[in-house]
Amino acid sequence: MISHETIEKNIGLLIVLTILIVSVGGLVQIVPLFFQTSTTTAVAGLKPYTALQLSGRDIYIREGCVGCHSQMVRPFRAETERYGHYSVAGEFVYDRPFLWGSKRTGPDLQRVGGRYSDAWHMAHLLNPRDVVPESNMPAYPWLDRPLEDAAIQTKMRRLNLVGHGYSEAEIAGAPAELEGKTEMDAVVAYLQVLGVHAPKN
Amino acid sequence: MSDFTHGFWPIYISVITLVSIIGTWVFLKSQTTRKLAPGEKPELMEHTWDGDLQDLNNPLPRWWLGLFYGTLVFALAYLVLWPGLGNYAGVLNWTQIGEYEEEVQKAEAKFQPVYAGFMQQDVSTVAADADARAIGKNLFLTYCSQCHGSDAAGARGFPNLTDGDWLYGGDPDTIKATLTDGRGGVMPALGDALGADGTQQVANYVLSLSGRKHDATLAAAGQAKFAENCAACHMPDGTGMQAMGAPNLTDKVWLYGGSEGAIIEAIAKGRNGVMPGMAQTLGTTSNKDAKLHLLTAYVYGLSQQK
Repeated sequence: MISHETIEKNIGLLIVLTILIVSVGGLVQIVPLFFQTSTTTAVAGLKPYTALQLSGRDIYIREGCVGCHSQMVRPFRAETERYGHYSVAGEFVYDRPFLWGSKRTGPDLQRVGGRYSDAWHMAHLLNPRDVVPESNMPAYPWLDRPLEDAAIQTKMRRLNLVGHGYSEAEIAGAPAELEGKTEMDAVVAYLQVLGVHAPKN
Repeated sequence: MSDFTHGFWPIYISVITLVSIIGTWVFLKSQTTRKLAPGEKPELMEHTWDGDLQDLNNPLPRWWLGLFYGTLVFALAYLVLWPGLGNYAGVLNWTQIGEYEEEVQKAEAKFQPVYAGFMQQDVSTVAADADARAIGKNLFLTYCSQCHGSDAAGARGFPNLTDGDWLYGGDPDTIKATLTDGRGGVMPALGDALGADGTQQVANYVLSLSGRKHDATLAAAGQAKFAENCAACHMPDGTGMQAMGAPNLTDKVWLYGGSEGAIIEAIAKGRNGVMPGMAQTLGTTSNKDAKLHLLTAYVYGLSQQK
């Protein structure tokens, strides 16, 4: 067996052994996830985000919504009673990057799709206290401006590289889909599709 | 965790995990051969830094080694009891979902008798029960308050539930149907059909129906246009139709505001009031029917208070 002294005095060997030890966790816990049906197959009905939803998702990221809202219903009764069915891996196959979040200053949003009307979301984003007087969420009045997302087709092409499968017609029609929409429309379109393909109770 | 795409992966996981644990053990053992005889002083190592800093070649402390071996034993015991080695389920047969379902069952066993009692009573009886109201209030705050407000008094576009005025009807069965399947109230945009002048005339006629301040000339001109365009849903006398969710225009309740401007906006652009169905929203337990029953009773009770 190699002696302690040999390892300490041979920096190359030390590096190799360190990397070897450190990588065991990732090799065992992360790599096999890429080869599991439940993590790589979309749940029934789940589709890649449409152009408008995709733009809305980028605004969700830009505004830092993930800082206060998680998108992950954990399998605890307290959570499933409030939000709905617990999240399963197959719901996130088109989320790049995923927006699970790690902190809930506001509620979880993984099941928010269809839960409120579009009109509610718009009133709520313009000023949350108009509909929920107790809310401490900031207002986002500037979202009521024209949506400009010149890179939408590039984004869709890039996502196709990792298997989102947008057709040429969908990519060609993307700018027309965003035409005349506001950033608010895009965010609401995104929010309204969250969790609608969740496993039903 | 038995849905790997290939039988290789469970073996891969098990082999790397076990080899790394046992390998660490063997390696640690191989590095701890040095022992000090009683009375022996550890020798100085060859380096001297900064003029006078020196190292003594001591063996690894035994308490530290003990902790290290302890973690290895812990890891092996863990892998026997809980899932970790590929498809092996562990002696305890624990799963995350199993634990969740157990939690749900425990809660249901506790609440089911309470719910069952209320399920046998009709809505108006439940509405009068103080315990049921307390439960109903909790449910309301969780599922309904976001739109209708924690005091159920609503907001612009979201109906007040405490005023006894109903778009679709306030009897228990209708309230339950509204909660279960939701409602979609559609007022079509009539701005193009009526034109700007026509819209203002109809708006003034609508204002006159509830005795609000209005321009009598415009209202008179609007009467015929109202009969033609609006009466099908709002009825010729403007009292509305609950089957369509068309509001009564002769009372003092205005969902979107009763100013001339708000009424003109409603006529010109239309309104789309959506109440989402709650069937999929009321949690995941089998108590969903009971929750609907209690919520119906709570909402029914809100409008019965004097």
